[in-house]
Amino acid sequence: MVNELKFSVLLFGVTWVMRFTARRHASFRDHLQKKNCVVQIKLKNNSQGRIFEFNNGRVRSRRGIHPAPDAAVIFKEAATAVRFMSLPVNHAARIHAAKNFLVAVEGPDELVSWFMQLLNMILTAGTEFGTRMPDGAQRYTTMTTGGPLFVYVKDGKILRTSVIDFDDTDAPSWTIEARGSKFTPRRKAMVAPHALAWKSMVYSNKRLLYPMKRVDFDPNGDRNCQNRGVSGYVRISWDEALDIVSGEILRMKRQHGPGAIGIYHSSHHQWGNVGYYLSALLRFGNAIGFTKVHLNPDSWEGWYWGAMHHFGNSMRLGRSGSYGTLRDCLHEAEMIVFWSSDPESQFGGYGGQEGAQRRQWAKELGIKMVHINPYYCPTASLLGGKWFPIRPGTDNALAIAIMHVWITEGLYDKEYVATRTTGFEEWRDYVLGVADGVPKTPEWQEPETGVPARDVRALAREWGSRKTYLSVGGGGTAHGGACRTATGVQWARSMILLMAMRGWGKPGINFGNLQGGAPVDLSFYFPGYAEGGISGEVSSTASAVNNYVRMPHLLTMNPVQQMIPRQRLPEAILNGQCEGYPTDSLSLEGQFRRFAYPAPGFSKVHMLYRYGGSSFGTLADSGRFARMYRSDELEFVVNQSVWFEGEAKFADIILPACSQFERWDIGEWSNTAGYAHHQQGQLSHRVIAMQHKCIEPLGESKSDYQIFCDITARLGLGTYYSEGMTEFDWCKRVFDASDLPKRVSWKAFLKKGYYVVPAEGEKTREPVNMRWFAEDRPKDVPEPHPLPGGYSGKFRTGLQTQSGKIEFVPQSLKRFDPDSPDRPPLNKYIPSWEGPRAEALYRKYPLQLVTAHARYSYHTITDAKDSAINDIKDHRVLIDGHYYWIVRINVHDAGRRGIRMHDVVKVYNDRAAVLCAAVVTETMAPGVVHSFQACASFDPLDARGSIVDRGGCMNLLTPGRKQVEKSDAMASMSCLVQIEKWKQTAEAA
Amino acid sequence: MKKWNLVIDVAKCNNCNNCFLAVKDEHVANDFPGYAAPQPLHGHRWLDIQRRERGCVPMVDVAYLPTMCNHCDEAPCIKSCKDGAVYKRPDGIVIIDPRQASGKKEIVGTCPYGSVWWNTEKNVAQKWIFDAHLLDQGWKEPRCAQVCATGAITSLSVEDEEMERIAESEALEVLHPEFGTKPRIYYRNLHRFTKCFIGGSVAIERDGVVDCLEGATATLSKGATEVAEQRTDNYGDFKFDRLEPDSGAYTIKIAHPDHGAKAVDVRLGESQYVGVIHLGGTKQQRAA
Repeated sequence: MVNELKFSVLLFGVTWVMRFTARRHASFRDHLQKKNCVVQIKLKNNSQGRIFEFNNGRVRSRRGIHPAPDAAVIFKEAATAVRFMSLPVNHAARIHAAKNFLVAVEGPDELVSWFMQLLNMILTAGTEFGTRMPDGAQRYTTMTTGGPLFVYVKDGKILRTSVIDFDDTDAPSWTIEARGSKFTPRRKAMVAPHALAWKSMVYSNKRLLYPMKRVDFDPNGDRNCQNRGVSGYVRISWDEALDIVSGEILRMKRQHGPGAIGIYHSSHHQWGNVGYYLSALLRFGNAIGFTKVHLNPDSWEGWYWGAMHHFGNSMRLGRSGSYGTLRDCLHEAEMIVFWSSDPESQFGGYGGQEGAQRRQWAKELGIKMVHINPYYCPTASLLGGKWFPIRPGTDNALAIAIMHVWITEGLYDKEYVATRTTGFEEWRDYVLGVADGVPKTPEWQEPETGVPARDVRALAREWGSRKTYLSVGGGGTAHGGACRTATGVQWARSMILLMAMRGWGKPGINFGNLQGGAPVDLSFYFPGYAEGGISGEVSSTASAVNNYVRMPHLLTMNPVQQMIPRQRLPEAILNGQCEGYPTDSLSLEGQFRRFAYPAPGFSKVHMLYRYGGSSFGTLADSGRFARMYRSDELEFVVNQSVWFEGEAKFADIILPACSQFERWDIGEWSNTAGYAHHQQGQLSHRVIAMQHKCIEPLGESKSDYQIFCDITARLGLGTYYSEGMTEFDWCKRVFDASDLPKRVSWKAFLKKGYYVVPAEGEKTREPVNMRWFAEDRPKDVPEPHPLPGGYSGKFRTGLQTQSGKIEFVPQSLKRFDPDSPDRPPLNKYIPSWEGPRAEALYRKYPLQLVTAHARYSYHTITDAKDSAINDIKDHRVLIDGHYYWIVRINVHDAGRRGIRMHDVVKVYNDRAAVLCAAVVTETMAPGVVHSFQACASFDPLDARGSIVDRGGCMNLLTPGRKQVEKSDAMASMSCLVQIEKWKQTAEAA
Repeated sequence: MKKWNLVIDVAKCNNCNNCFLAVKDEHVANDFPGYAAPQPLHGHRWLDIQRRERGCVPMVDVAYLPTMCNHCDEAPCIKSCKDGAVYKRPDGIVIIDPRQASGKKEIVGTCPYGSVWWNTEKNVAQKWIFDAHLLDQGWKEPRCAQVCATGAITSLSVEDEEMERIAESEALEVLHPEFGTKPRIYYRNLHRFTKCFIGGSVAIERDGVVDCLEGATATLSKGATEVAEQRTDNYGDFKFDRLEPDSGAYTIKIAHPDHGAKAVDVRLGESQYVGVIHLGGTKQQRAA
C-alpha cells in the first residue's frame, strides 16, 4: 500500500510542479504550448490513474481512468511507477522497466516523446548556460575535431570562436624534468587551424537550409537515377521529405527484404558523444535494420594489415602505445627520425597543435632531427635537420639497407634481438642475401629509393649509435603517410623490425615525436566516441567495455548481418557482389576472416542513406562512386548533410542537418577510446566540454538526432529511438555516466562549459611504453590488451604474438597464408605496382603523386564551403574567380612542362583528370608531385562524360587496388600521373 | 606609458595559419564601431603570411613571415590624414577610424608595407587593429598571439625604452627600417627570410665505396677575406647562412687532414646548394 500511496502523491505533485515550472521558465512554457491533448498515467489494472489535460499551455489533472486518452503511460504495478517517477531520475530502473514490459506507452510517438520530454524539462528548465561577457556577449563552449573552443554569441549570432585560456580555477599543469630543465605546457588548449574556421563554415553560403528533392525524382513514378549528380533540386517541406524517406525505408523492407537499406557515412564529421555517427546514426541504423558499409582502417593501413603481426597491439590496429614517452624522449633521446611523418601538418589526428610546443623543447635541448619523406614537409622546415628525399613507395628498401649496415657493422642490440625476438636469423639471411644472392646494401637500395648510398650509411651509423625515437606517420606512432602506399604494409612492418634491432622500449628508444605520452590522468573516465555514445550498440563499438555498463540506455542491435567494405561499395552496387576483410581489433587473426556480399539470404542494397561529409576526396579511385550513384540498382538515395557539397549532389532527397553549434552535445578532446585507446595522452591537458547549443539552427535545418527522431516517429519507433529524451537530456546522461560528477556539478559544468582533468600525480605517472617488455617484466602500462585469452604466456606476460616476442617472421602470417605473394611472412622488398617499376605505366605517367592527409581541413570537413580556409595560401589558390586545389611540383619537372607558379594545370591518368593550381617548389623530390587528399568539392566540368574535376578530388586519380589481395588495405598514396598546363579555352570547349 | 609591440620569431613560424584565421574570425561579418568595419569574407589579408624557399633538393629550407600593420610611430598613414581619421592611441596602436576615414582610398597607398586594404563595399581603408577593441575589454594579448601554437608570435606591453633594450639585446629587427616609420612589430631570426645560404656536401671514396666525410673543414671566403668556417657534419654537409643575396663571388675551400683539399667557386645570387664535393679517391677523381 505504501507504493500505491506514493504513486498517488507523485501523480498529484507532477501537476503542480509543471504549473510552477511553466510560471518560472519560458522554455518550459514554449514546450507546454506545443500540444493540446489528454495524457493518462495509470496502473495496468486500472486501480489507480490520473488524467492530464493540456490546453493552450495550461495543465489540469484529475484522478481517474480516461476512456480514450491521446497518449498513456501504463505501469504494471505501483512499485515500478514509483521507481520510475522518483527523483533523482534512476535511468537504470526506467530502462529495466521498459525492457521487461513493466511500463508501456500508448499513443502517437510524437506525443509520447513530447510528454516525456516535458517531464524531463521540469529538471532542466531555467539552467544557466555559458558566461556573460563585458560587451553583452554570451560565451559558450564547444569541442571540435581540432580542439575545444570558446564561442562568443551576441544577438543570436556567433561573434567569434577562440582558443580557451585556462583560468586559475582550472587544474594545475604538469611539469617534466629532463636533462636539468623543467618543462611545463602553456595554460591553453592549442587548436588546429581548421577549428578556427568554424564560424565561416556555420554561416557558409553552401549551407543546406531546407529539405530538397531532385527535380526529376518521383518516388511514385520515374526516378531518373541516371541523372544523379546532374539534375538540380527543388525545395520541399520537411513533412514531404520525411514521408518520402520513411516510406522508402518501409518499401525497401517489404519489396526487397532485410539488407536492402545501406547506410554509408564518412569517417570524420563533427564532434560529440551524442550526435556522432557511432552514436545517434548507429542507433538509428539499428532501429531500422541496415547493411553496414564497413570502414577500412584508412589512416592505419600498413600498421593494421602488416606491422601488427610482428608485435601485436591489435587493440590499436597495430600502432604502438605512447605511455611515458614524452619524458623519456626529452630526457634520453639523442635523435628523432621522422619517417613519412609530418606532425606539424597532421596534428596527431585530433590533437590540435598540442605537440608543437614539445617539439620546440626537443629542439632547444639539441635533439637531432632527420626527415625521410618524398617532400620537405612543414615539420622539417620548422625543426630543421637532414632531409632524405625518398622516392614514394620505396621506403622498405631503405629500411632493409639500414638494417644491412647494422648487421654488417654490428650496430644492433644483439642481446635484445637474442632474448626479445624470434626469427632474426631468417631475416638476417635475407638482408645479407644469403638466400637470394642479393645483399641488401645501401648501394642496392640507391636506384630504388633515389637516396645516395653514402647518406644511408651515415644515417645507419648515426642511428645505430644514438638513442633514437622513430616517428612514423603524423602521430609519431602511426597515422597516414607511407602506410597508405602500395607498399605500406612492407614499410610499417620494417619500422617494427628496425625498432626491434635497436632495443625497443629501452631508455630513449621508442616510437613517437613528442606528440603522445604526456602525463595526463588517463584513469579519469569519460567515454570516447568509439564507445558508441547513445547507440546502444555493443558488438561493433567499444560500448560494452565501459559505456554500456555506466550509462543505462536501451540496447540496440542490427538484425541485418550484411556488410560491404567501403572501398568496394561501387562494385557491390554495380556488379552485385564483392568481398572484404574486417577491421577487427580483438585479435591478430580477426582481419583474415573474409566476408562476402551479398550475405547469404539477405537482399542486395537498393537504398543508400548517406550521412556526413563528402568522401570523393578521401576514397581511392573515387570516380567509381559517381558511377555507382547513377545506377538503377540504387532505387533511392537520401543524403543528410550540413552543406551542399560532394555527394549531396547525388541524392534524391536532401535532409539539411544543422552544425554542432546549433544543437546540444558533450565531448572530450581527442578521446576516441576504442582503437586509439588513451589518445588523450597527446594533449597537455585533458579537456571535456559541454558543446552548448550556441545558436538556433539556421533556416529549417535540424540536428541529426532530431531528424532521426522524426523519421523513427513515422515508423512507430520514435519512443524506442529517443527513450523520450532530447539531445540535452542525453548529454546529462553522458555526464552522469562519466567521472565528472565526482569533480564538478552539472550546473557549474553547464555554466563554465569545460572541465580540465587534473594532471597525473608525479609519483603515479605511467611507465614508459614497452619498457616492461624490454626488461622482460609483466606488462605495467594501462593497456587492457591483449584480451586475457590472447596471451600465449601467463597473463600480462609477453606480447600478443604466438611467441610472446617480436617476431621477425610472424607466425600469424605463416598460419594464414605462408605463400602470400604480396604479404609474405618474410618482409621482402617488393616494388610498388604503381611506381617507377611499373615500367609501361611509368613511361606514360612519369610523376608520382603523393596525397597526404590535408593540413587545413580535417578530412573534408573544413574544405571548400566558401569558408575562411579557402583563403589560406597553402590550401587553395584563387585564379579567375575559382579556388583551385593545389598540386606541388618540383622546379625542374615544372620547367620541362612549361608550368609556372599558379598556372592552372591538368593532373591526369587513365582514371580521371583534376584541375589544380600549380605550386612550383624546391621542396619536392624530382619526379614527385604532392597534393593533399580530402577535397570536399566534387565539381566535374562535364557531369556525364569522363571526369575532369575542378573541385580538387585527387583521389579520383588514385588506384582502387588493394595493397594485399587478402585485405582491404587501400593504396591511394601510390599513384602515377602526368601533368600539363591547362589550356582552358581549347579544352573546355 | 606602456605601449604594445609584437615580437615574431621567423624560425618558429610553421605556417599553421591560426593567426590568419583568428583575424578573419574576428573581423569578417563583425562591426566594431570606432575600431573597424566588417572585413570582406574573401580577399583581405590584414595578417598575411609570406613564404620563402631557399636552396634546392636535397638542401632546402622554408621560412614564413607573418606581416601586418606595423603600428608605426612615424606612420605615413597618420601623417597623410590631417583630420585625424587615422590616429595613434597612447598605447601605440594605430587606428583608422572607420567613420572618419570613409571614402579615403588614398590611405591605402600611404603604407609602404602594403598592409592597408581597401574595402569597396564599406568604402573604407582597413588593416589589422592589434585587437584594440579586445584589449580595451581586458584581453591580455591580441588573438594572433593567443592562438600561436609554437610561440612564434608574442605581444609585449612595455615602455618604449624597455622595448628598445629588448630589441637590442635580442637582436630583433624591423622590416625595412630604411622606410623610417618606426614599426612596433619586431622580428627574430629574420635572416631565414631575408638572407641566403651556400651549402654543400663532402664525400670521399675508399675502396670503391663512397662515404660522407665528417669533420672536414669548410671555409668560405670572399676575395682574400675569410667569411666563415665550419666542420662538416656526419652527412658531410656544411651550410653557411646569413649571406647577402646577390653578394657576388665566394670561394669554398674544403680541407681534411687525411683526405686532402679542394676549392669551389660560387657566385651567389639566391641561396644555393653546390652539390657533392669529393675528396680522396684517385687523383683523377679529385681532378674531376
